[in-house]
Amino acid sequence: MTALAQVEADDLKALYQELILDHGKNPRNARLVEHASCTAKGNNPLCGDRITVTARVNAAGVFEDVAAEGKGCAISIASASMMTEALKNLPVATGRQVFNAVQQLCTGKIDVAAAKAMLPATLNDEIEKLASLGGVKQFPVRVKCATLPWHTLLSCLDGQADATTEKV
Amino acid sequence: MSALARTLPIRAFDVAEIRMDFPILSRQVHGKPLVFLDSAASAQKPRAVLDAMTQAFECEYANVHRGAYWLSEKATTNYEAAREKVRAFINATSDSEIVFTKGATDAINLVAASYGRMVLKPGDEIVLTALEHHSNIVPWQLIAEQTGAVIKVVPINADGSVSVDRFADVICAKTRIVAVAHVSNVLGTVLPIELIAQLSHKVGAKLLVDGCQGIVHEQVDVQALGCDFYAFSGHKLYGPNAIGVLWARAELLAAMPPYQGGGEMIAIVTFEKSTWAEAPAKFEAGTPPIVPAIGLGAAIDYLNGIDRTAAAAHERDLLHYAMAELPKVPGVKLVGTAQNKASVQSFTMDGAHPHDLATVLDRSGVCVRAGHHCAQPLMDVLGVTATARASFGIYNTRGEVDALIVALHKAREVLQ
Repeated sequence: MTALAQVEADDLKALYQELILDHGKNPRNARLVEHASCTAKGNNPLCGDRITVTARVNAAGVFEDVAAEGKGCAISIASASMMTEALKNLPVATGRQVFNAVQQLCTGKIDVAAAKAMLPATLNDEIEKLASLGGVKQFPVRVKCATLPWHTLLSCLDGQADATTEKV
Repeated sequence: MSALARTLPIRAFDVAEIRMDFPILSRQVHGKPLVFLDSAASAQKPRAVLDAMTQAFECEYANVHRGAYWLSEKATTNYEAAREKVRAFINATSDSEIVFTKGATDAINLVAASYGRMVLKPGDEIVLTALEHHSNIVPWQLIAEQTGAVIKVVPINADGSVSVDRFADVICAKTRIVAVAHVSNVLGTVLPIELIAQLSHKVGAKLLVDGCQGIVHEQVDVQALGCDFYAFSGHKLYGPNAIGVLWARAELLAAMPPYQGGGEMIAIVTFEKSTWAEAPAKFEAGTPPIVPAIGLGAAIDYLNGIDRTAAAAHERDLLHYAMAELPKVPGVKLVGTAQNKASVQSFTMDGAHPHDLATVLDRSGVCVRAGHHCAQPLMDVLGVTATARASFGIYNTRGEVDALIVALHKAREVLQ
């Protein structure tokens, strides 16, 4: 295998690592939240992927439950699945910081260590997991796939009904 | 056939020789030979087209239909020669029936906005098929909203074919316009245009054919097809983008009001009232896509210079080879298996989203389209959110189909 071919193969492995494939095939919390306080549909007009994110935020501003269901590629479904796990029981404000970190990981602006430094140490394990989404940084057209669920959640929190990947 | 094309000898079809005509095919992507299987989205350009456009810009460029100087006259002659090449290529009766547009989408919008607005009354019906892509759906929705007309959809069969009987069920006395693809961009299905034209004309409706994919794979004779409008784009026909063609019967163009206002399309302008130029100028407001039109003319010359019957047989061979080989890859299912098909093949792989497939294939140098192919309603009918699609042009080879198959095996490994 040539050096370039090896790099390409490694890029693919980094994108489709086991954790991503596992969450892509067996998404956690692929349902609708009961008594949701916010709901939004996300849509990637490029590929037609659609996702519905629902969440219940309590009076203290904490995510009691987050769920995402829809159709999409391995990257968007895995990202949605990991998002629902990472955000449960987190204050909404911290959740927004997590999104910020994920977005920067996916575009290659920061590495895992920098992402950890942005957030409380209790989230280190979750950040390790979410960092697997960072493989998309070598595939610019796929960044939107990874961020779609997060944008959808954000528009749900901000009281908008819909999100599209045109906001990256 | 134009005088120029007639003087050129027709080459025997040799795919290795054809490939030499397309400079991009010798490049590599990701360190692998480029395997370009997305010509249905936009085809690559032969050297002859690139040279003609460079020549037009470098030596013979000025605005058309305006200048009283030699260079403008030369540019006008070249631009109008391209119109004549298009006329001959589709066997239209007169070059005044050839309107240059920005593309096929623009051509369909022109018909919807001009002819549609002229004839449609509340309750009138526009008939489409379930396999149309967005550019032959949305312009009709816009005009239906404005006129109170209603859109009716002819369903497709499970294999992607369309039965003439289903058209007969939907086309009725209220039908004013029937608008269908010549060839489906997703399924490859070739529609029975002559029969659809007969059904349309029996009730006094006009038939628009979206020829984007159709004109690429077969010799089109608009008079034999019997349609009233035929729209296509240059960039899928090995020509440049930003140029499209609307062919319409002369009497229709004469009756239709202008689509856009501006220079070029007028006879006399006063602030009280303006009068229109005759077609096709009436529909070409503003400075037209001069050099892209010349490039399209060069693409037509190029195609006239090869044995198109042999080229079509070559494409059919690639399609049949791909249809035989693809299902041998575990989990791969063909989407669109109608009897009469052009060389476009959609497929899915169990457990792998088409978008992920396309990403992995790309790293093997293989370019396929993944997604809804601008045909979301069709995806709903097929019960999928997306498919992967390989489309074959005159320059593709069996070896490239093999490369696709090898890459699909690799994709299975990566994605399972």
